[in-house]
Amino acid sequence: MDWLLIIVLLPLLAAAAVGFVPGSQLRTIRGITLGASGLALLGALIAFCSFKVGGGLQFETKWTWVESLGLHFHLAADGINIGIILMGAIVAFAAACCADDITHRMKEFHILLNLMIGGILGAFASMDLFFFYFFHELALVPTFIMIGVWGRGANRNYATYKITLYLSLGALLALIGLIGVYVQTGAESFSIPDLIAKVRETPIDEAAQQWIFPLLMFGFGILVSLWPFHTWAPLGYGAAPTATAMLHAGVLKKFGLYGLIRVAIPMAPAGAQNWLGVLAWLALANLLYCGLVAVRQKDLNQLIGNSSVAHMGFIFLGIASLNVIGLTGAVLVMIAHGLLAALAFGLSGHLYRQTGSLDMSRMGGLLRQMPLAGTALLMALLAGCGLPGFANFAGEVTIFFAAWLAGLKTITVIAAWSALVIGGLYMMRAIRNILHGPRGDDWAKASDVNPLIATALGLLLAALMVFGFAPGLLTKGIESEVTKIVRLAKPAADASEAQATEVAVR
Amino acid sequence: MGGQLQFIQLEVMVVALGLFVLLADLFLSESTRRSLGYIAAGALGLVFLLSFRGGYTDLADGEAFGGIYRLDGLALFFKRFFLLTAIFVLVFSVDFASRLRSGVSEYLAFILFALSGMMFVSSANDFSLLFVSIELITVTFYILVSFQRHRMHSLEAGVKYLILGAVSSAFLVYGIALVFGEAGSLKFDVIRDAHAGLLGSNVFLFGMLFVFAGLAFKIAAFPFQVWAPDVYQGAPTPTTTFLAVGSKAAGFVLLIRLFGSVVPELTEQWTGMLMVVAALTILYGNLCALPQRNLKRLLAYSGIANAGYLLMGIVAQSGDGTAAILYYLAGYLFTLVAAFMIINLVTRDGEDEDISYLAGLNKRSPFLAFTLALAAVSLAGIPPLAGFFGKFLLVKSVAAKAFGDAGYFALLAVAVFGVVVSIYYYFGIIRAIYWSKNAPVETPVTIAWPTRIVLGLCVAAILYLGLLPNKPINWANAAAKIEAVAR
Repeated sequence: MDWLLIIVLLPLLAAAAVGFVPGSQLRTIRGITLGASGLALLGALIAFCSFKVGGGLQFETKWTWVESLGLHFHLAADGINIGIILMGAIVAFAAACCADDITHRMKEFHILLNLMIGGILGAFASMDLFFFYFFHELALVPTFIMIGVWGRGANRNYATYKITLYLSLGALLALIGLIGVYVQTGAESFSIPDLIAKVRETPIDEAAQQWIFPLLMFGFGILVSLWPFHTWAPLGYGAAPTATAMLHAGVLKKFGLYGLIRVAIPMAPAGAQNWLGVLAWLALANLLYCGLVAVRQKDLNQLIGNSSVAHMGFIFLGIASLNVIGLTGAVLVMIAHGLLAALAFGLSGHLYRQTGSLDMSRMGGLLRQMPLAGTALLMALLAGCGLPGFANFAGEVTIFFAAWLAGLKTITVIAAWSALVIGGLYMMRAIRNILHGPRGDDWAKASDVNPLIATALGLLLAALMVFGFAPGLLTKGIESEVTKIVRLAKPAADASEAQATEVAVR
Repeated sequence: MGGQLQFIQLEVMVVALGLFVLLADLFLSESTRRSLGYIAAGALGLVFLLSFRGGYTDLADGEAFGGIYRLDGLALFFKRFFLLTAIFVLVFSVDFASRLRSGVSEYLAFILFALSGMMFVSSANDFSLLFVSIELITVTFYILVSFQRHRMHSLEAGVKYLILGAVSSAFLVYGIALVFGEAGSLKFDVIRDAHAGLLGSNVFLFGMLFVFAGLAFKIAAFPFQVWAPDVYQGAPTPTTTFLAVGSKAAGFVLLIRLFGSVVPELTEQWTGMLMVVAALTILYGNLCALPQRNLKRLLAYSGIANAGYLLMGIVAQSGDGTAAILYYLAGYLFTLVAAFMIINLVTRDGEDEDISYLAGLNKRSPFLAFTLALAAVSLAGIPPLAGFFGKFLLVKSVAAKAFGDAGYFALLAVAVFGVVVSIYYYFGIIRAIYWSKNAPVETPVTIAWPTRIVLGLCVAAILYLGLLPNKPINWANAAAKIEAVAR
């Protein structure tokens, strides 16, 4: 079965279907959106369960689109993206559940939401560079519009422009890098497997790699809020509607990381050797600087936004280690953080609906007031500090091993310190302020989450814990693919490292 | 001679149509005269279809009149391009007729004469034909620009265009004279063979530089762009459309032919200069567009920026680059026609085209709102629309050269910067349509059915060029290949 095609098409068809429903039929519109994303989730789940580890590309759909340029509509899954697609589908369904706070121009919002979901799933399922980029843009443009029209707060316009300009810049830099890959390999094809096969025989000219890698690194890096290009993220997420923030922070943002692993490193390994050192330091800046900024926040959304930027540092660090465990850990954290960010923004969205404010100094005692949401928030914040049992822990600890192994010892020490101490500091403060203590004045009438949102949050939490207790479900597939990438990037990867990988992953 | 006339059959038809319109004006009543534009557009549609006739396309790659007229893939592509533009502009002119007040038929006839000039330009294979047809375009545009004699703005625009146009013609003819002096011939074929030996001659280089300056004026490239905003804003909107699309494309067909096929070695020598011109044009257009409130002016600056992007295809000096220009221009045609038509529909006579008039457009006419938004998104270069794919091809053609020459990277960086800046002002248009409050007018917009058809065609073409580029790319490649672009 072409599960991926179904998963990608369902939301896009839903977007078209919503377009034909009159704007007054609120229930129908909600139904279509929830149905489409629910079915997509089901499809992703079936695909994930029937995925064969080490079986190469699976669930392929390949149509020629522009012959003379070698453009194909090519969807396929391997060990790396099957997990991300499942995570994306879970987050998409959760976001659709949480989107009932939109009442104004609801039809347009749902069209854009479905487009965004389709774009996100398509981007991660694409095996053709062009469509990889195209689907990302398809998801990005609705993001801007949703923040502009349905966003919140006084800073909405500024946030919209800032996020639009930053992300467009990042996307364009990456596009030039991708075109550079296409032009330089001489494969006359945008298909990633073709390109990899080609560079395996004849690597791209080293001088060109020194251009391509930084273009991709900074282009993708801006999309992932790499320090110092991160300022759009807390601002944008603070202003975004709940569902948009969940989808963007959770899934769409991972596009840049995925691109680094999938394209930048295999295509320009020589460039990577030169630049990954820089990336490691920038990753540290993400962890340390944005962690410290998060400590100072009084607004819950700003806190989550900044901590989410800080968490990107782990993933960058994993990528910068450029060994099998590092990349495996990076993909694992991508998935874990996607679930976590969606959970956190879903909860903050629920809190925002109660009083229209997320000022933490005015909150308090919410664990008693809303036990379900409170517990979920508690678990989300603890998962954010890297508590064992949640998937984040498994990924983060793997990355520390990897970075140490890669010789980034100073960075590892500082990163571990900052992650544990600073992360613990702001998360614990948030827990104390929001969940415990006397109830805040504005919160007397606050109600707990409705069953739909509870389902969504429960789903996210369950996934976080399933992958936390059994990371092997993901890592086996990731590892088998990542090994190929590392072998391509570092032909002389020694056996001892492979062994260390085995141990660490177990 | 009869055999040779076959080559210019389309041009002859267009001129005859122009004369017919002028004559018909004398015999028609005031009311029927208005539909003359539709008749002319229909007749041009017929000419457009005839251009696909086997008897005509069989002449491809032939030359006539002693080699001064060349009919190749490139020429055919541009003839069809200009015909299509003129059809849209004629339909547009009928919408606009009430604002012209007088001389509607003459207005239509001048559009047709300018069109014939453009069609000759696409086949020019000799400096004399190049100059004469360029003048045919420019002189008719002097009149078309200042056609609303009761409006100061229109007259002012006409004077500005006249003075600067004359200066550029002077550049052009002076350059041609210098080139002739060195090469000993006006024929492109002769110059092609001789130019490699003339690269050391300052007279020849100055000559070509002046020719480039004259053409840069046509496409509104920096530093010959100053006229564009005032003229675009002041001219009657159909003229603006024709100027923005047709006149710009006329400049580009000549740039492609001259710098791509006649003097390729000179182009290579001038790569640096061309890059700087392209980069400055992109920067100037985009940065100056930022504060604009008048929509026609905004599109003028965006047109300057787009000339810069198109120049990237010349800088690339490859068949891919040429094909990218053709693709981009095709997308640009539909986008701009749609944009200008809608700007004209939402504003009334005597009003300026301030962006605030777009407020509430999605309530007044969802179709127009959607189309204009689509055009803006396409101009901003966002997938999956025509503008994106055009830019993608242009960037690709430059990137193919970039590894090994950092200058190309600088150009790409400027282009990226320009695109990001342009997203800001194009989204300003979309914001004005959908999100602004206090709509000044709230009455629904009435749209004549031919206009509706044209707008529908534009939407379809913008989507088609963006979503299904397979065939159009092959057409563009074919048109670019026949032209003997070096390397």
